[in-house]
Amino acid sequence: MNILVLGPGCPKCTEAEKIVKTALQEAGVEASVEKITDFQEIAKLGVFSTPAVVIDGEIKCVGRVPDKNDILGWIKG
Amino acid sequence: MKRTFDTSWPVKAKLLLVGLAGLGVWYGVYRQLLSFAQYLTYNIFGFSQESHLGEAVEFFVYDTPKVLMLLILVVFGVGIIRTFFTPERTRAMLAGKRESAGNVLAAMLGIVTPFCSCSAVPLFLGFVTAGVPLGVTFSFLIAAPMVNEIALVLLYGLLGWKVAALYMGTGLLVAIVAGWVIGRLGMEKHMEDWVLELRANGNAIIEENLSWQDRIRMGRTAVKDIVGKVWLYVIAGIAIGAGIHGYVPEGFMAAIMGKDAWWSVPAAVLIGIPMYSNAAGIVPVIHALLEKGAALGTVLAFMMSVIALSLPEAVILRKVLKPKLIATFMFVVGTGILLVGYLFNIII
Repeated sequence: MNILVLGPGCPKCTEAEKIVKTALQEAGVEASVEKITDFQEIAKLGVFSTPAVVIDGEIKCVGRVPDKNDILGWIKG
Repeated sequence: MKRTFDTSWPVKAKLLLVGLAGLGVWYGVYRQLLSFAQYLTYNIFGFSQESHLGEAVEFFVYDTPKVLMLLILVVFGVGIIRTFFTPERTRAMLAGKRESAGNVLAAMLGIVTPFCSCSAVPLFLGFVTAGVPLGVTFSFLIAAPMVNEIALVLLYGLLGWKVAALYMGTGLLVAIVAGWVIGRLGMEKHMEDWVLELRANGNAIIEENLSWQDRIRMGRTAVKDIVGKVWLYVIAGIAIGAGIHGYVPEGFMAAIMGKDAWWSVPAAVLIGIPMYSNAAGIVPVIHALLEKGAALGTVLAFMMSVIALSLPEAVILRKVLKPKLIATFMFVVGTGILLVGYLFNIII
């Protein structure tokens, strides 16, 4: 599984990344987590409000820090 | 929107009842604050009614809970309203809008659309690639940080509803007119080249089905995030205000920030640009300045400049805009703020 966390690096984006990692650990799922901070890259993915989480190419949430339970649902589902 | 199981009406009715009961309790407590503050200051602490210290203490024990209670209520309410205005929806509403009407709509949407300063650039790209005119995009980007619920609550709580309404009205006006002017100047070619090549990408719009429980949870998160961050500023600001209220002679600031010092308005705007603060940090300061005799126009110009024009923001925008457009943006908005400052110093 490949997870992208999109955000230029504000506190909220850092928090989103942290929550994703915690959720992965809790679920015992192996996945690569990559932080995308470049605006051009973010725009190319079609996202324009950050933080955003993309799992295996599918945009899961934009413009807010996701709940841990949300993430658990996405990675298990 | 699709109806999900837990938004069926008995649950909704229950939420509504709990909400109304909570509002009733809130109002009951709020109404008692003044008499409680007076009782605490003069009967429990035993300060004399005429003393400077007594006045300062009463001011503090009244204003602190008052502003915090207002902040919690309004941030919660706005947090829920914001769940209906995602940036995606705002973009869809503004795409294809013409200028003028678009500028007005963009500035208003700037108040209710969730926005953090670090999403300014992605949002800018999203708007421009969706065909929102450049000037309309700027109206949004100017209004979003400047006119917000925290600024309005603090202005209302510390300076009264007239100042809050003036700030909101003129803030929107600056955003509308400055955006319109930037649109008229035809500066599209001063965006970075890769921005112009970016193709519109419409498939990122995801609609989330939110239940009322979700919305209320998001409102609570907003309270925790925002009030958790600003309460210290508020208390410090009110403490300073209380000290000034009790001790500093009136008219102390009149000579340098008063109406007669014509140069004080441009000076306030210029000093405000390198300063970068949020509304919570700046309102207590301008409260103090006003009490010492500074003119309202000068002080409002200072506040707008600190919040709306900042060097860090210019640095971030540089990634998508060429220097000429950034300079134009700063100049147009700065001029607007300057005019607002002079206007109020003349009419009030």
